Amino acid sequence: MAIDKNTVKYVAHLARIRLTDKELSVLSSQLEDIVTFIDKLKELDVTKVKPTSHILPVNNVFRKDKPIKSLNVKEALGNAPAQRDGFFTAPKVLE
Amino acid sequence: MKLNELTAHELIEKLSKREVTSLQIIDSIRDRIKSVDPKVKAYVRVSGSKFLDSSVVTRQPSSFLMGLPISIKDNICTEGYNTECCSNILQGFKPPYNAFVIKRLIDAGAEILSIKNNMDEFAFGSSTENSCFGPSRNPWDLERVVGGSSGGCAAAVAADEAIAALGSDTGGSIRQPASFCGVVGIKPTYGRVSRFGLIAFASSLDQIGPITKDVADCALVLKLIAGFDSADSTSVNIPVPDYSRSLVNDVKGIRIGFPREYFVEGIDKQVKEITLEAIEQLKVLGAHIQEISLPHTEYAVPVYYIVATAEASSNLARFDGIQYGLRSSAEQDSPDNRLISMYKATRGAGFGQEAKRRIILGTYALSYGYYEAYYLRAQKVRTLIKQDFDEAFKAVDCIITPTSPSVAFKIGEKIQDPLKMYLSDIYTISANLAGIPAISIPCGFTRNNLPVGLQILGKAFGEEMLFRVAYTYEQNTEWHLRKPKL
Repeated sequence: MAIDKNTVKYVAHLARIRLTDKELSVLSSQLEDIVTFIDKLKELDVTKVKPTSHILPVNNVFRKDKPIKSLNVKEALGNAPAQRDGFFTAPKVLE
Repeated sequence: MKLNELTAHELIEKLSKREVTSLQIIDSIRDRIKSVDPKVKAYVRVSGSKFLDSSVVTRQPSSFLMGLPISIKDNICTEGYNTECCSNILQGFKPPYNAFVIKRLIDAGAEILSIKNNMDEFAFGSSTENSCFGPSRNPWDLERVVGGSSGGCAAAVAADEAIAALGSDTGGSIRQPASFCGVVGIKPTYGRVSRFGLIAFASSLDQIGPITKDVADCALVLKLIAGFDSADSTSVNIPVPDYSRSLVNDVKGIRIGFPREYFVEGIDKQVKEITLEAIEQLKVLGAHIQEISLPHTEYAVPVYYIVATAEASSNLARFDGIQYGLRSSAEQDSPDNRLISMYKATRGAGFGQEAKRRIILGTYALSYGYYEAYYLRAQKVRTLIKQDFDEAFKAVDCIITPTSPSVAFKIGEKIQDPLKMYLSDIYTISANLAGIPAISIPCGFTRNNLPVGLQILGKAFGEEMLFRVAYTYEQNTEWHLRKPKL
């Protein structure tokens, strides 16, 4: 599978990362090498193998529905680059 | 010996006899940072930090650690102290809470240093060169890397700029720098230590662990930070043993395996010789050594770079310029709407090259049409790698390997070739994929006086066996007592 500039451009869009033209060409050649290396996994027959997404048996964890102490609005917004009236602010999407 | 040169257990003894105060220890650490950190760069945001000009000890003198200072990797949340993962995108981030491990240390009476240890951005790397603050330098040879990603922790401990440190390990990030710097580091079993407050890289692989000057300190710090935490859904509720009881100088009858796949191509000749000598020494001390096979070893690196980057691409979606850190302005001429344009500009400016590379690789592996070919297949091969270990542990109590195929390489040597850099994690990655514990201890020096690390891997929740074997080896050798000249 070849990773060309257009693929990287599309994936960078999905990942919401702006890349310069230079980054785009360096990344496509590096990712091409990496993916070729990773293709080694295709040597193995894994049709009967179950995937491991987690090493431990993971179960749902429930707790009692009781209020606990959490961050107040001031603490929660303490690191926000922009805020107003107790909310995070973001660029306008709808005009 | 100066106080900063001592181990945690030696200092705890002195503190309890009232021979020293916590303030004196912190002063000695500060003096050492002032004199050698401009060369080593184990800490970040040092200039402008209040830490260098005033001493405040806030802990109870009656507590277990009595104000013993501990230094922390820049990706573990410390309330009110900058925690930036050495990334521009988290510039100025001050967590409003402490990680579970920090709470535990504070409760035990530790003094948490307000300046943090350098690391590869978001723990992406094996050399600490991917830090937005620039690389740390190896105390044994300032032209060489410290390893990574917990390189600042390992360098600080090796250079006596810290008594002990907490790092994190996703594919070797505690063990490989410990090996490059000649100190001790353990990656605990997955689920043994809470990840609450560790800024996530790959959630199914990440674990926090100590980097220390000797095995006894490693056991001491792990005991303090291990245990169940309801805030981490993958934390395991199994009682924490008293690891100090594992510090027994005896390996008679212990069955140790060495995997033949780890001693073939790609390994440095001196590293191989030194590791084989260490194995020979354990044999002399009474251990039963046998060759074993981990047949899927060569697939560990490709599996890791799918699983870890996929999880990272998802975890790093939160850095969007809204909740914390950097925000760049939307571009005027962008075809996207202003919100998406702001995301792209922020992430384009805030992430370094390796972070971008990994997020894009991970997004690619998870994207439509490639999910089955890459991500699902990698998860299946992960099962095979885990089964290799399950099989091996039927015959042996622990497994010994080199920690890294090489000693510390030169700064700049691998940074332009990501694949070459990834392959330097070949011996450490499998433990994360299988979820098992692994420790690295010093086992010798090359002719150029560079440290070599020995890795011991054990069964899940079998840290006691690792400490016993590591302690025995350490008590019968003197590698851990050597200090770099700075």
